[in-house]
Amino acid sequence: MRIDYFQLIDAVEEFAPTEGRIRCRATVPETSTIFEGHFPGYPIMPGVLLVESMAQTSGHLLLASNGFSRMPFLAEIKTAKLRSFVQPGTALSVTAILEHEGSGYAVTRGRIELAGKAIAEAELRFRTMPFPSDAFRDLMRDHARRLGVQ
Amino acid sequence: MAETFDAVADIIADVCNIDRSELQPESHTINDLGIDSLDFLDVTFAIDKRFGIKLPIERWMQDVNEGKVAAEHYFILKNLCDRIDELVAAKGA
Repeated sequence: MRIDYFQLIDAVEEFAPTEGRIRCRATVPETSTIFEGHFPGYPIMPGVLLVESMAQTSGHLLLASNGFSRMPFLAEIKTAKLRSFVQPGTALSVTAILEHEGSGYAVTRGRIELAGKAIAEAELRFRTMPFPSDAFRDLMRDHARRLGVQ
Repeated sequence: MAETFDAVADIIADVCNIDRSELQPESHTINDLGIDSLDFLDVTFAIDKRFGIKLPIERWMQDVNEGKVAAEHYFILKNLCDRIDELVAAKGA
Protein backbone atom coordinates (compact mmCIF):
# COMPACT_ATOMS: atom_id res chain seq x y z
CA MET A 1 0.00 0.00 0.00
CA ARG A 2 1.49 3.35 -1.07
CA ILE A 3 -0.75 5.17 1.30
CA ASP A 4 0.82 8.59 0.79
CA TYR A 5 0.17 8.31 -2.96
CA PHE A 6 -3.36 7.11 -2.35
CA GLN A 7 -2.54 3.82 -4.07
CA LEU A 8 -4.00 1.37 -1.62
CA ILE A 9 -3.87 -1.89 -3.57
CA ASP A 10 -0.66 -3.94 -3.71
CA ALA A 11 -1.63 -6.72 -6.08
CA VAL A 12 -4.53 -8.37 -7.82
CA GLU A 13 -4.63 -11.96 -6.59
CA GLU A 14 -7.72 -13.20 -8.40
CA PHE A 15 -9.78 -11.81 -11.26
CA ALA A 16 -12.87 -13.65 -12.45
CA PRO A 17 -14.40 -11.46 -15.17
CA THR A 18 -17.26 -13.81 -15.99
CA GLU A 19 -18.29 -13.81 -12.34
CA GLY A 20 -17.69 -10.07 -12.01
CA ARG A 21 -15.33 -10.55 -9.08
CA ILE A 22 -11.83 -9.48 -8.10
CA ARG A 23 -9.69 -10.06 -5.02
CA CYS A 24 -6.74 -7.89 -4.14
CA ARG A 25 -4.04 -7.76 -1.48
CA ALA A 26 -3.52 -4.55 0.46
CA THR A 27 -0.99 -4.37 3.26
CA VAL A 28 -1.18 -1.38 5.54
CA PRO A 29 2.30 0.16 5.98
CA GLU A 30 4.02 -0.04 9.34
CA THR A 31 4.67 3.68 9.33
CA SER A 32 2.99 6.70 7.79
CA THR A 33 2.48 10.31 8.77
CA ILE A 34 -1.23 9.46 8.75
CA PHE A 35 -0.72 7.35 11.86
CA GLU A 36 0.97 10.23 13.63
CA GLY A 37 -2.37 11.98 13.64
CA HIS A 38 -4.76 9.04 13.51
CA PHE A 39 -4.17 8.62 16.40
CA PRO A 40 -1.16 9.77 18.43
CA GLY A 41 -0.02 6.72 20.38
CA TYR A 42 -2.85 4.60 19.00
CA PRO A 43 -2.39 4.20 15.25
CA ILE A 44 -5.29 2.75 13.30
CA MET A 45 -6.15 2.83 9.61
CA PRO A 46 -8.73 5.56 8.93
CA GLY A 47 -12.10 4.10 8.02
CA VAL A 48 -12.41 6.30 4.95
CA LEU A 49 -9.23 4.70 3.62
CA LEU A 50 -10.72 1.26 4.15
CA VAL A 51 -13.69 2.41 2.07
CA GLU A 52 -11.28 3.85 -0.49
CA SER A 53 -9.45 0.53 -0.72
CA MET A 54 -12.77 -1.15 -1.59
CA ALA A 55 -13.43 1.62 -4.12
CA GLN A 56 -10.02 1.14 -5.74
CA THR A 57 -10.52 -2.62 -5.84
CA SER A 58 -13.90 -2.03 -7.48
CA GLY A 59 -12.26 0.36 -9.91
CA HIS A 60 -9.77 -2.26 -10.99
CA LEU A 61 -12.63 -4.72 -11.46
CA LEU A 62 -14.57 -2.28 -13.63
CA LEU A 63 -11.54 -1.23 -15.67
CA ALA A 64 -10.49 -4.81 -16.33
CA SER A 65 -14.06 -5.78 -17.17
CA ASN A 66 -14.58 -2.98 -19.67
CA GLY A 67 -11.16 -3.32 -21.28
CA PHE A 68 -10.07 0.13 -20.11
CA SER A 69 -12.68 1.75 -22.32
CA ARG A 70 -14.21 3.81 -19.51
CA MET A 71 -12.91 5.25 -16.27
CA PRO A 72 -14.92 4.65 -13.09
CA PHE A 73 -15.18 7.54 -10.63
CA LEU A 74 -16.57 6.98 -7.16
CA ALA A 75 -19.93 8.72 -6.95
CA GLU A 76 -21.68 7.33 -3.92
CA ILE A 77 -21.00 5.31 -0.80
CA LYS A 78 -24.41 3.81 -0.32
CA THR A 79 -23.64 1.80 2.78
CA ALA A 80 -20.46 1.10 4.67
CA LYS A 81 -19.74 -0.95 7.76
CA LEU A 82 -16.41 -0.74 9.52
CA ARG A 83 -16.36 -3.72 11.83
CA SER A 84 -12.86 -3.80 13.30
CA PHE A 85 -9.87 -1.56 13.84
CA VAL A 86 -6.97 -2.15 11.47
CA GLN A 87 -3.45 -1.65 12.79
CA PRO A 88 -0.33 -0.73 10.79
CA GLY A 89 1.29 -3.72 9.12
CA THR A 90 -1.96 -5.63 8.63
CA ALA A 91 -2.29 -7.62 5.38
CA LEU A 92 -5.85 -7.25 4.11
CA SER A 93 -7.77 -9.17 1.48
CA VAL A 94 -10.07 -6.83 -0.45
CA THR A 95 -12.81 -8.22 -2.68
CA ALA A 96 -15.17 -6.43 -5.06
CA ILE A 97 -18.19 -7.90 -6.80
CA LEU A 98 -20.03 -6.26 -9.68
CA GLU A 99 -23.63 -5.89 -8.63
CA HIS A 100 -24.89 -4.07 -11.72
CA GLU A 101 -23.47 -2.33 -14.75
CA GLY A 102 -25.80 0.31 -16.10
CA SER A 103 -25.57 3.01 -18.72
CA GLY A 104 -22.86 5.34 -17.48
CA TYR A 105 -22.75 3.90 -13.99
CA ALA A 106 -21.90 0.74 -12.07
CA VAL A 107 -22.69 -0.66 -8.64
CA THR A 108 -20.29 -2.85 -6.68
CA ARG A 109 -20.04 -4.51 -3.31
CA GLY A 110 -16.73 -4.38 -1.53
CA ARG A 111 -15.52 -6.46 1.36
CA ILE A 112 -12.33 -6.48 3.40
CA GLU A 113 -11.25 -9.58 5.25
CA LEU A 114 -8.46 -10.45 7.62
CA ALA A 115 -7.84 -14.17 8.05
CA GLY A 116 -11.34 -14.89 6.76
CA LYS A 117 -13.01 -12.47 9.14
CA ALA A 118 -14.98 -9.52 7.78
CA ILE A 119 -13.34 -6.20 8.60
CA ALA A 120 -15.44 -3.89 6.43
CA GLU A 121 -18.13 -3.93 3.75
CA ALA A 122 -19.58 -1.30 1.45
CA GLU A 123 -21.97 -0.82 -1.42
CA LEU A 124 -20.43 1.63 -3.85
CA ARG A 125 -21.69 3.40 -6.93
CA PHE A 126 -19.54 4.76 -9.72
CA ARG A 127 -19.99 6.96 -12.72
CA THR A 128 -18.24 5.40 -15.69
CA MET A 129 -17.04 7.90 -18.25
CA PRO A 130 -14.83 8.00 -21.32
CA PHE A 131 -11.20 8.62 -20.37
CA PRO A 132 -10.37 12.33 -20.52
CA SER A 133 -7.21 11.46 -22.47
CA ASP A 134 -5.36 8.52 -23.96
CA ALA A 135 -2.40 9.30 -21.70
CA PHE A 136 -4.58 8.90 -18.62
CA ARG A 137 -5.91 5.57 -19.91
CA ASP A 138 -2.37 4.35 -20.58
CA LEU A 139 -1.30 5.30 -17.06
CA MET A 140 -4.23 3.39 -15.57
CA ARG A 141 -3.50 0.39 -17.77
CA ASP A 142 0.17 0.39 -16.78
CA HIS A 143 -0.73 0.69 -13.12
CA ALA A 144 -3.19 -2.20 -13.39
CA ARG A 145 -0.59 -4.29 -15.20
CA ARG A 146 1.89 -3.71 -12.38
CA LEU A 147 -0.77 -4.94 -9.95
CA GLY A 148 -1.23 -8.11 -11.95
CA VAL A 149 -4.27 -7.39 -14.13
CA GLN A 150 -3.65 -8.89 -17.54
CA MET B 1 -48.58 2.07 -18.26
CA ALA B 2 -50.45 2.75 -14.98
CA GLU B 3 -48.60 -0.09 -13.31
CA THR B 4 -45.27 1.20 -14.62
CA PHE B 5 -46.08 4.72 -13.52
CA ASP B 6 -46.93 3.57 -10.00
CA ALA B 7 -43.68 1.62 -9.73
CA VAL B 8 -41.56 4.47 -11.10
CA ALA B 9 -43.29 7.07 -8.95
CA ASP B 10 -42.76 4.92 -5.86
CA ILE B 11 -39.07 4.63 -6.73
CA ILE B 12 -38.63 8.37 -7.28
CA ALA B 13 -40.54 9.26 -4.12
CA ASP B 14 -38.42 6.86 -2.09
CA VAL B 15 -35.02 7.62 -3.61
CA CYS B 16 -35.42 11.38 -3.93
CA ASN B 17 -37.51 11.95 -0.81
CA ILE B 18 -40.29 13.59 -2.81
CA ASP B 19 -43.90 13.51 -1.68
CA ARG B 20 -45.58 10.82 -3.77
CA SER B 21 -48.57 13.10 -4.41
CA GLU B 22 -46.31 15.53 -6.28
CA LEU B 23 -45.53 12.95 -8.92
CA GLN B 24 -47.84 13.26 -11.89
CA PRO B 25 -47.59 11.72 -15.36
CA GLU B 26 -46.81 15.19 -16.76
CA SER B 27 -44.03 15.86 -14.24
CA HIS B 28 -40.62 16.56 -15.72
CA THR B 29 -37.99 14.71 -13.70
CA ILE B 30 -35.50 17.59 -13.88
CA ASN B 31 -37.47 20.79 -14.44
CA ASP B 32 -40.41 20.02 -12.14
CA LEU B 33 -39.01 17.55 -9.64
CA GLY B 34 -35.45 18.88 -9.50
CA ILE B 35 -33.87 15.44 -9.48
CA ASP B 36 -30.11 15.92 -9.71
CA SER B 37 -27.73 13.64 -11.56
CA LEU B 38 -26.69 11.63 -8.51
CA ASP B 39 -30.26 10.96 -7.43
CA PHE B 40 -31.06 10.13 -11.03
CA LEU B 41 -28.28 7.53 -10.94
CA ASP B 42 -30.01 5.93 -7.95
CA VAL B 43 -33.40 6.13 -9.67
CA THR B 44 -31.92 4.52 -12.79
CA PHE B 45 -30.38 1.71 -10.74
CA ALA B 46 -33.69 1.07 -8.98
CA ILE B 47 -35.58 1.05 -12.31
CA ASP B 48 -32.98 -1.24 -13.92
CA LYS B 49 -33.35 -3.68 -11.03
CA ARG B 50 -37.14 -3.43 -10.74
CA PHE B 51 -37.78 -4.06 -14.46
CA GLY B 52 -34.73 -6.16 -15.33
CA ILE B 53 -33.63 -3.70 -18.02
CA LYS B 54 -30.80 -1.27 -18.66
CA LEU B 55 -32.04 2.25 -19.25
CA PRO B 56 -29.80 3.62 -22.03
CA ILE B 57 -29.39 6.97 -20.33
CA GLU B 58 -26.14 7.83 -22.09
CA ARG B 59 -27.66 7.27 -25.53
CA TRP B 60 -30.73 9.25 -24.55
CA MET B 61 -28.57 12.15 -23.37
CA GLN B 62 -26.60 12.00 -26.59
CA ASP B 63 -29.83 12.10 -28.60
CA VAL B 64 -30.98 15.14 -26.64
CA ASN B 65 -27.62 16.93 -26.84
CA GLU B 66 -27.47 16.35 -30.60
CA GLY B 67 -30.97 17.74 -30.99
CA LYS B 68 -32.38 14.50 -32.35
CA VAL B 69 -35.02 14.22 -29.65
CA ALA B 70 -36.53 16.63 -27.15
CA ALA B 71 -35.61 15.95 -23.54
CA GLU B 72 -39.31 15.61 -22.76
CA HIS B 73 -39.39 12.43 -24.85
CA TYR B 74 -37.40 10.71 -22.12
CA PHE B 75 -37.70 12.75 -18.98
CA ILE B 76 -41.40 13.48 -18.56
CA LEU B 77 -42.66 10.71 -16.33
CA LYS B 78 -45.36 9.35 -18.62
CA ASN B 79 -42.87 9.27 -21.51
CA LEU B 80 -40.20 7.70 -19.32
CA CYS B 81 -42.73 4.99 -18.45
CA ASP B 82 -43.46 4.46 -22.14
CA ARG B 83 -39.72 4.03 -22.80
CA ILE B 84 -39.52 1.55 -19.92
CA ASP B 85 -42.47 -0.41 -21.29
CA GLU B 86 -40.77 -0.50 -24.70
CA LEU B 87 -37.55 -1.83 -23.17
CA VAL B 88 -39.42 -4.45 -21.17
CA ALA B 89 -41.33 -5.52 -24.31
CA ALA B 90 -38.09 -5.68 -26.32
CA LYS B 91 -36.52 -7.83 -23.62
CA GLY B 92 -39.37 -10.33 -23.81
CA ALA B 93 -39.46 -10.40 -27.62
